[in-house]
Amino acid sequence: MEDREIRALEKSLEQIWDVARKFGLDPFATNFEIVPATVMYEVSSYALPGRYSHWTFGKAYHRMKTMYDFGLSRIYEVVINTNPAYGFLLETNSPVQNKMVIAHVLGHVDFFKNNAYFSKTNRRMVESVSTHAHRLMGYEFKYGRKNVEKFLDAVLAIEEHVDPNFFIKREISAEEEQRRLGQRPPEGRYDDLWHLDDPSFGRIARATESIEHTSDKPRERLPEKDIVFYLMKNSPSLAAWQRDVMAMVHEEMEYFVPQMQTKIMNEGWASIWHARIMRELDLSDNEHIEFAGLHSGVVSPQKGQINPYYLGYKIWEDIEKRWDNPTAEEREQFQRPGGEGREKIFEVREMENDVSFLRNYLTEELCEDLDLFVYELVEEEEWTITEKKWKRVRDQLVVNMTNFGFPYLQVEDGDYNGNRELYLKHCYEGTELDMRYARKALEHVHTLWGRSVHLETVVDEEKTVLHYNGEEHQED
Amino acid sequence: MAIQRNDWSLQRKGVIDQDRHKERVKEAIRKNLGSIVSSESIILSDGKRTVKVPIRALDEYKFRFDRKRKHVGQGDGKTRVGDVIGRETQPGSGAGSGQAGQEAGADYYEAEVNIDEIAALIFEDLHLPFLEEKAKKAVQSRKTQFNEIRRTGVIANLDKRRMILENIKRNAREGNPARFGDIRKEDLRFKTWEEAMRYESNAVVIAMIDVSGSMGEFKKYVARSFYFWMVRFLRTKYDNVDIVFISHHTEAKEVTEEQFFTQGESGGTVVSSAYQLALDIIQQRYRPQDWNIYPFHFSDGDNYYSDNDEAVRLAGELINTCNLFGYGEIGEEGSASYRRASGALLSIFNDRLKDRERFVGVRIDDKEDVYPALKQFFGKRGVETPN
Repeated sequence: MEDREIRALEKSLEQIWDVARKFGLDPFATNFEIVPATVMYEVSSYALPGRYSHWTFGKAYHRMKTMYDFGLSRIYEVVINTNPAYGFLLETNSPVQNKMVIAHVLGHVDFFKNNAYFSKTNRRMVESVSTHAHRLMGYEFKYGRKNVEKFLDAVLAIEEHVDPNFFIKREISAEEEQRRLGQRPPEGRYDDLWHLDDPSFGRIARATESIEHTSDKPRERLPEKDIVFYLMKNSPSLAAWQRDVMAMVHEEMEYFVPQMQTKIMNEGWASIWHARIMRELDLSDNEHIEFAGLHSGVVSPQKGQINPYYLGYKIWEDIEKRWDNPTAEEREQFQRPGGEGREKIFEVREMENDVSFLRNYLTEELCEDLDLFVYELVEEEEWTITEKKWKRVRDQLVVNMTNFGFPYLQVEDGDYNGNRELYLKHCYEGTELDMRYARKALEHVHTLWGRSVHLETVVDEEKTVLHYNGEEHQED
Repeated sequence: MAIQRNDWSLQRKGVIDQDRHKERVKEAIRKNLGSIVSSESIILSDGKRTVKVPIRALDEYKFRFDRKRKHVGQGDGKTRVGDVIGRETQPGSGAGSGQAGQEAGADYYEAEVNIDEIAALIFEDLHLPFLEEKAKKAVQSRKTQFNEIRRTGVIANLDKRRMILENIKRNAREGNPARFGDIRKEDLRFKTWEEAMRYESNAVVIAMIDVSGSMGEFKKYVARSFYFWMVRFLRTKYDNVDIVFISHHTEAKEVTEEQFFTQGESGGTVVSSAYQLALDIIQQRYRPQDWNIYPFHFSDGDNYYSDNDEAVRLAGELINTCNLFGYGEIGEEGSASYRRASGALLSIFNDRLKDRERFVGVRIDDKEDVYPALKQFFGKRGVETPN
């Protein structure tokens, strides 16, 4: 791209920013980078630039890059939730593509900044992941690449099992703080020096401390949803560096969780705003046509599947319409005066995540309009549409998105059988686990725990417990 | 806010981790040779250099839902309950083996592998057992070996590494700092070669296959994948091995390689017919004093009852004249060995030929047994070749 073109694009950026602000969007300042395809695909396969090395990222990178090389797919934009935010533009984008991407990115950044689920995310995550990468490289050097890789394999197998409300729940209440302070007399770092001539002191102090330590085990906090955190804290077998690796993965997952929770909302939000912003810009006729083509490419239904951009887009538009022009019934029952559309969608973008968004705003009319359906495998051979009643469809969609589409597992006991064995429970809600995968994943959990591990789930409507002791699998 | 364009040319992380992934693929292939050896994509590769094979070891295992759960989809406005939107493709008759479904994408990782690379891994420790020196030498084969270093030679064969070492040494000798620089003619080293003559003993492999009606698709497939690798193995490792192809049902006939691998037939089974033909061919064309002879036979063991004695007798004769007689019996797909029919040939052979060191009988019930069978037939044992 020529410098002249970059200057022109900078001008457009200012324009787009002003239009966005006028619409009421409130994004972080955003810097854009123009990058070649290799970098674009690298950033998007690692989800953040500068993350640690692992073969799974290499696999993702290879797949995306190959798709791109064969012209099968193309990523136009990647956006990073930091303050200031980062947007990446592909160097081969046309000017209209760039404008649309910039508008789209500002929509995302507004969402990052203002949606409640993002309120605790680390906005300097790029720096954090690069220190993680650096530390991991050190561990690879010290403990061997294969060892670190094997351990990461195990941690990544359970990385989704973190608590989305981690930062809220871990804050200790004031009373709890008081209670803890009351239990132990305030002691300075060098206070033990006073007791040097008392030969019995050291031993007793250490003994009481270890008792306190064990009684302080978060037994009462069980069951624990955050398996990564629990294992990191309580595994009987991990070395310090391994706990550190788990802490890094945990921190990175906590950063990604809100994005996993708001995929449909976030993409829909960015799409309605790129459309509205583009309409405000001075585009030539040709540019208009190009934009219309791009836009319909982004927000178009894919046969058979759900396109989050399209679904989100339609719901946002529908909410605005319904609050702008309420029905007589809504006016009366809910006292909606009308004309509140804009206000309402900004409220929703602040308060909801995908699960509540779909449950609250996917209406019967939308379900019909979008032709949504539930389908399942019938007699092991045909994927068949089995349900079109809108409430069932909506509920199924909500179920599938719950816990970002992963089974809800929790730690039930870290001292099972009185033998420091780990007992996990799958909170069964009608969908069975992939058992082959579950057994393999359980092996990874065993790597982390170091002693026998158990997983309770439901198979054919009967309670089933998988056991793995490091050598063989059992089941009952 | 700004728009920037930086130099990213040193950014190589994705490529580096891609290499880590490739390493994993290689490792996984080595561990999964058993299933790769008999995978359709290779046996039916038809001359392609690279094929895709599913490698389970590269799955990223997680706790996840069964793929066969309820999904939500979107239609074009005209869908109705009962519409079929996709079909589950199932490989073979194996139930639920989890082939990629219509919608959920590939369930496993498919690696692109080079057949030659796999072949090299498989053949690493295979060879013809009991190979003996025979009176009549085979055609000599000429082999070029780079095995010497000289001070003069063709510049294209310059050994740079040695040259640098010599240069450093000379610098040190002359009292200069021991580092690279100031190359002189005496530093140069060249690789040179020698032509080695290799003598090999004559060997012939007689590949026999049962193409009777009872040999179903699976059984034929297994036999052919064994022979596919055997032929490849013999041709890569030995310059001078003849292969005779015989197919039989109630009668045996010598066929071309192409017919051998593609033809389907039907009818009953008279195993002795194949053995008789093999013995005839040996007598006419491959005299045992001049040739190492390896007959192999694959069948489902469903021989005519009245022919069993004759089959055993001729098998014994084959063992007497040959270096090794291999018999592979293929069971029903997935059937455990307890379903072995009592009249099947393998149990008769095992019973009546059990003292014969040069008889190897193998049972194959599953595609994954092909690789172990190869190893059993061509594994390390017996007399090594004087080379």
